[in-house]
Amino acid sequence: MQISDKNNIELLRTMKRIRTFDETCQKLFVAGRIPGALHCYTGEEAIATGVCKVLEPSDYILSTHRGHGHLIAKGGEFKYMLAELFGKSTGYCKGMGGSMHLASVKHGILGANGIVGGGICIAAGVGFSIKYQGTDQVVVCFFGDGGISTGFFHEGLNLASIHNAPVVFVCENNLYSISMTSKRATGLDKLSTRAVSYNMPGETVDGNDILAVYESAYNAIERARAGKGPTLLEYITYRWRGHHAGEAGDGLFYREKKELESWKTKDPIRRYQALLLKEGKITEEKIEKMEMDIQQEMDDAIEFANNSPYPKAESIIELSMLKKE
Amino acid sequence: MREITVREALRESLRYNLAHNDKVFLAGEDVSVVGGGMGVSKGLIDEFGEKRIVDTPISENAIVGLGIGAALTGLRPVVEIMYIDFVTCCADMILNQMAKIHFIFGGQVKVPMVLKTVSGTSGGNAAQHSNNFYPMFLNTPGLVVMAPSTPYDSKGMFNMAIEDDNPVIFIEHKRIYNIKGHVPEDHYTVPIGVADVKKEGQDITIVATQALVYDALSVAEDMEEEGISIEVIDPRTLNPLDKATIFESVKKTGRLIIADESCLNCGFASEVASSVAEEMFDYLDAPVVRIGSPDTSAPYSHPLELEYIPGKEEIREAIKKVKKI
Repeated sequence: MQISDKNNIELLRTMKRIRTFDETCQKLFVAGRIPGALHCYTGEEAIATGVCKVLEPSDYILSTHRGHGHLIAKGGEFKYMLAELFGKSTGYCKGMGGSMHLASVKHGILGANGIVGGGICIAAGVGFSIKYQGTDQVVVCFFGDGGISTGFFHEGLNLASIHNAPVVFVCENNLYSISMTSKRATGLDKLSTRAVSYNMPGETVDGNDILAVYESAYNAIERARAGKGPTLLEYITYRWRGHHAGEAGDGLFYREKKELESWKTKDPIRRYQALLLKEGKITEEKIEKMEMDIQQEMDDAIEFANNSPYPKAESIIELSMLKKE
Repeated sequence: MREITVREALRESLRYNLAHNDKVFLAGEDVSVVGGGMGVSKGLIDEFGEKRIVDTPISENAIVGLGIGAALTGLRPVVEIMYIDFVTCCADMILNQMAKIHFIFGGQVKVPMVLKTVSGTSGGNAAQHSNNFYPMFLNTPGLVVMAPSTPYDSKGMFNMAIEDDNPVIFIEHKRIYNIKGHVPEDHYTVPIGVADVKKEGQDITIVATQALVYDALSVAEDMEEEGISIEVIDPRTLNPLDKATIFESVKKTGRLIIADESCLNCGFASEVASSVAEEMFDYLDAPVVRIGSPDTSAPYSHPLELEYIPGKEEIREAIKKVKKI
């Protein structure tokens, strides 16, 4: 599949932005600046980046508790995301949602979800709605290998299938649902084989290969857009950090250090950067400039979030029920 | 004056909204040819077709997810959960998603959907088809909870439920579908959070819901002959609750009975009783009496079921209690 030089560089930039955002958040969490639960996407950046690159601004996504990467890839801005993580009124959700409920409806981001698998049936509903309204939009639903064992998965894929709805189900298999391996939790070598039950195509793809992600997502999304129905994509990847930012030692009490180290050699960013350098599509200088710009964006976001006010106490009442106008 | 049943009044509202707003559709188990669990939508499939009257698999999560996803993307769905007993199958979709999305997204988006379902013990349906689970919705901020009793209120409140931008839980009741009453043919709405004084009185206030409204009115009529004047208030909307109307009545009568079919322990009656105890203590001349289903599961055996269902006998006993003092 041919990707333009501009898009090649955009893919690299988006992956680096996600990495910078989440690695910074990990540090801010440890420093006590971010409360609650924070789930870093480090190591999995190619999936959100490759999938969302195919989407139009009017398309929708549903994200997960490990969702910062999806937001960034779909157009979310650092400063409003970080302000939300700081619980500030300038955040995307006015400080009411935090990391696990980040949403930006104007970007088509219909929310991260604190409930594993919680977005799957909603995505089926969005797909139904798109078809009902006759637009050519598509909805992508991200969930993890943990989410595939919920009842939501069964009900949501079945509903999308019987309505031939334009939904692409993206299972990010990072091999662990907290501590349990996906193999132990499902008995399957390939989670995408479950697609057969729902009469839809299923494919398992290297989630650390951005070009493979892009191509498979492109095929599934265009298939959905053409009215040919849903697809289940499984991307194999690995999270470098613990299940959440507060988990001791990056989860090395249930997984082996050598396993983590071996996955770090498959870093999707380094892999893609090396390819672009080799093919002469980018230079070391340009990469350095790109990294400096991203760091500046991060620093600006921290300043913005720091300087933003906390929401007023009344806002929880105001938001709890819509008033009749 | 035209008289129609509660079931017909609900169908009339559905028909009006389907005819006048193409964003409205109905989805649920067997809602087309069967007309849903209680026959409310029977016949609508012939008028509106499969696009608007959508049969779903037995997938309660997907049914509610369908509603949420559609509501988030511009439609005004009505979804049916066949019996309120089955809301436990989709409790997360209702309590964590439907109720909370507006709040956790910081007000970015509305979830204008109606979830209709039916409550009440009746006909030997036994413990898993006789529950009155709605107090769990009253304990979940974000949901409007409606529970009408008369045909007039059923139509006007269902119209309001569809018109309102909040997620609405619309509770029907098994034993009152065939009760007839005056219903105007024209379109009208009954406002949210406004109780209706079904009968004015001076001596005792009875706050009653759904089937118990009829029992309370019947007993109140009998009591007139004994010279006891009873005021019967139907809150109609359980959340937000029209406390002002109840408090005004208690101010006048000093005696309060609450008759609601949910179980007594933490039921709707308990909430009304505690609100009055907290805010109207000085006006009370007798302890508040609660009437509800016993704190057991509903029995199957017919004579036991009749014993189990609260009704006129319990109301008469309660009147004796509050009159004593």
